[in-house]
Amino acid sequence: MKINITVNGAEQAVDVADNALLSDVLRDALGLTGTHIGCDTSQCGACTVHLDGRSVKSCTILAGQADGGEVTTIEGIANGEELHPMQVAFRANHALQCGFCTPGMIMSAIDLVASSDEPLNAEQVREGLEGNICRCTGYHNIVKAVLDAQANM
Amino acid sequence: MHRFNFRQASSIAEAHSTHAASDDAVYIAGGMTLIPSLKLRLASPNDVVDLSRIDGLSTISSAGGVLSVGATARHCDVAQTTDIPALASLASRIGDAQVRNCGTIGGSLANNDPAADYPAAVVGLGATVHTNSRAIAGDEFFVDLFETALEDGEIITRVDFSIPSRAAYAKFANPASRFAIVGVMVAETSSGVRVGVTGAGACAFRMSSFEAALSSNMSASALDGIAVDSSEFNDDLHASAQYRANLVTVMAKRAVAQLTA
Repeated sequence: MKINITVNGAEQAVDVADNALLSDVLRDALGLTGTHIGCDTSQCGACTVHLDGRSVKSCTILAGQADGGEVTTIEGIANGEELHPMQVAFRANHALQCGFCTPGMIMSAIDLVASSDEPLNAEQVREGLEGNICRCTGYHNIVKAVLDAQANM
Repeated sequence: MHRFNFRQASSIAEAHSTHAASDDAVYIAGGMTLIPSLKLRLASPNDVVDLSRIDGLSTISSAGGVLSVGATARHCDVAQTTDIPALASLASRIGDAQVRNCGTIGGSLANNDPAADYPAAVVGLGATVHTNSRAIAGDEFFVDLFETALEDGEIITRVDFSIPSRAAYAKFANPASRFAIVGVMVAETSSGVRVGVTGAGACAFRMSSFEAALSSNMSASALDGIAVDSSEFNDDLHASAQYRANLVTVMAKRAVAQLTA
């Protein structure tokens, strides 16, 4: 079947299998391999992207369900050479070790901060990132980075 | 993943007829349970019929003391409602943020996972589940493990919650999945005190002994000494049946404490 999706601002018409996942479309059809597949069982959150403005696990959305939607991936958040404030904060706070979970962490963190009316505290950030796992267990600096970034978003 | 035909439905009638024309079809809403099940081949349908684009099916409205939640309303949307704070709080604690951004109330209820949160609300608040063909009382909806009163092909359209005078939901969550090991909704409704329990048994149920005690004395101490029969309770690596029985009392007391605070 054919689906039409807007990915990082560009309209795309993609031929996909009926059982394709959004993560398959992004990585295999569009070559956007910044979206990582960690567990493929909906647990780790490495594949998190924004679909119509909300963080979702792209390994747990059928491509057909995303038809007509707007997707933002980790490749789409910087403004040219200028990193997104969340990316800047992750770098400044050494919020990544192996880096595998980082794209998903950043996409979740951006949605978490953007959808909160009040500044978040550390406990709320930890709770808000429940759907993302860092197997290096580098949570402490990830939380610091998110707290740091929210002042600049 | 298992191969199937993806069928987009634009109306309830189209979804129903597509399902009826298939020899093996399932509906998908948020897909938070179905897609992992497809990957694990726990489900292997020929056709997957998508309900998530049906106009009006996700509408949330409130009128005449009833909060009406459309079947494809997502947990994140219900979490933003204000009419029944206990229901919003329950929705805000399902799974994680990404799951709440996709998962729907109708999907959760139709799936009837024994550890899902919403069944405690449907039973505890005495909700009515509306489908494309009828209205089903919350007390009649959950039949057994992953089994509901829904007929083959029947589609939940909305869930009506009568707004209680006060209510609270307490759960002991699995630390990894955030599913309820035990969750208890306590509510003071126009038809009396209701206590709905999820996670403990094969499906959600009411605790009539707790309801009777709380009707005469809405305080945590009113539950002291009331035996909880664990003979039919779930017993697994997360918690023994006896432990769950203890949790039923503890969670009910916490809910009562919140409700009376």
